[in-house]
Amino acid sequence: MKKITMIGVALCATLSFLSAQTPKKPAASQSSAARGKKVYEQYCLTCHQVDGSGVPHLNPPLIKTSFVLGDKAKLIQVILKGMQASEPIDDEYYSNNMPPHNFLKDQEIADVLTYVRRNFGNKASAVTAAEVKTARAKN
Amino acid sequence: MKTNVVLLGCLSLLSASCLADNGDSSAIHRSAGADQANAGLKLPAGFKAQVVAENLGAARHIAVTPLGDIYVKIQSSKPGKAIAVLHPTGSGKTDAVKTFGAYRGTGMVIKDHYLYTSSDEDVYRYQLDDKFEVMYPDQPEKIVTGLINRHQHESKSIALDNAGNIYVNIGAYSNSCQQQDRAKGSKGIPGCPILDSAAGIWQFKADKLNQTYGDGVRYATGLRNVVGLDWNTAQNQLFVMQHGRDGLFDMFPEYYDLQQGNELPAECMYALKKGDNAGWPYIYYDGIQHKKMLSPEYGGDGKKTGGDDAIDPVVAFPAHMAPNGLLFYTGNQFPERYKNGAFIAFHGSWNRQKGQKGYYVVFVPFKDGKPSGNWEVFADNFTGVENIQSPGQAQHRPCGLAQGPDGALYVTDDVKGTVYKISYSGK
Repeated sequence: MKKITMIGVALCATLSFLSAQTPKKPAASQSSAARGKKVYEQYCLTCHQVDGSGVPHLNPPLIKTSFVLGDKAKLIQVILKGMQASEPIDDEYYSNNMPPHNFLKDQEIADVLTYVRRNFGNKASAVTAAEVKTARAKN
Repeated sequence: MKTNVVLLGCLSLLSASCLADNGDSSAIHRSAGADQANAGLKLPAGFKAQVVAENLGAARHIAVTPLGDIYVKIQSSKPGKAIAVLHPTGSGKTDAVKTFGAYRGTGMVIKDHYLYTSSDEDVYRYQLDDKFEVMYPDQPEKIVTGLINRHQHESKSIALDNAGNIYVNIGAYSNSCQQQDRAKGSKGIPGCPILDSAAGIWQFKADKLNQTYGDGVRYATGLRNVVGLDWNTAQNQLFVMQHGRDGLFDMFPEYYDLQQGNELPAECMYALKKGDNAGWPYIYYDGIQHKKMLSPEYGGDGKKTGGDDAIDPVVAFPAHMAPNGLLFYTGNQFPERYKNGAFIAFHGSWNRQKGQKGYYVVFVPFKDGKPSGNWEVFADNFTGVENIQSPGQAQHRPCGLAQGPDGALYVTDDVKGTVYKISYSGK
């Protein structure tokens, strides 16, 4: 019985995942988000969690926060430079520092941010490698 | 048949998510189907749990007076909301909750006629009257001030001995003292400077005002972060639970695989003597090999040992479970084997991958000041979900522990602010 429920849950998760993915998006940003998922799993998941919910009081959620949905240039800088625990996010403090991820390529940063901005309940525009390149050049 | 069950499961989940969108959170809690006997907790035979209070906010550490009133430190900076006072009625449930204080923080201990509390920078105390009620809630005495708080590992957890001293955790504002905190490939800072003002337990006088670093003693060092600590009166010694380091696999995949990252390092209990060094950041404790290992930031590779001058733990628990409360049981209500043993509240992990661990209260039997058997899960099912993947899914997370005058065990939850009372009736 437990197994059946598990299958049900898995199937359900798959179905809802698929249905969440169906709204028409440009093919390019869709494949970018797909690549971004892999980047997310490698570099972001431990702290921000599999569902983007973060860790209460420690690591910020990526669900509909002003940082994730807001100004892309600012968001790109968070990836490039990291973020100190002393900086509040939507009036909440999170205890852990985020290290810089400037070792990621422009395309990888574009991909992972596109993934984050289109998942976990977020519906925001894609980030392009050109935008990352411009932001990186300003540093 | 199978399809029907699958579809049904799917339908119920869908309806749950619809309700979630409508913001009706109570419906979701019901759908979790928690067993409400024993307040949803799983306990050994003969024990019962009840909810004394709920929705207090982020309930951290807790203390119970000799008359049964309960003080709970709330992690809130809202004016007047820092400390909750519960006065349980005959049924055990608390109706009216009074609050006072205006500072975040975790520490909460009653010793003689004082209530000791801490913010993330200071330690306070409040005088208690003959009913053990706080006399001047708006006028605490500040006994320690100016302790370092850089957000990470900021809890200034406290314990008192029987000789007029208070012990204060000052956690490291870093994971492993890297040049750049938590950055892949960043080396450890030689002669880690954090150890001068943090990553240890400091000892101060319990009755002297406005002490700071210069007035205290660095009692023990090399402790990354201690949230749960207690004075063991049978042994007359301070015991602490360290939060072990993160990121062995994430930051050093060349030395550790995902499984090793999940299982290393151990969450350690230490029995401290003045001057002890537990080794952070230079080493970590491998609870599988039972060895002190050189940290990869300081030249380690998962195989090199280190820390010849560092003490060994008394108990090594599985990794990343975040011990937030420690209590040596001195009551008479629980069966004899619990006497002088240790209860530990594990807040629950976040940085394991593919499934989290902890979120329970465990027990370690002690005899003559040493563990006399393996640790065991005592109270479980705080999360209300099976196979928890992310801490955000937990409905409750155990944090603080206290013993009541009747020998009952109190446990706080800092998700919803529930206070549980666990009693033994033998039935």
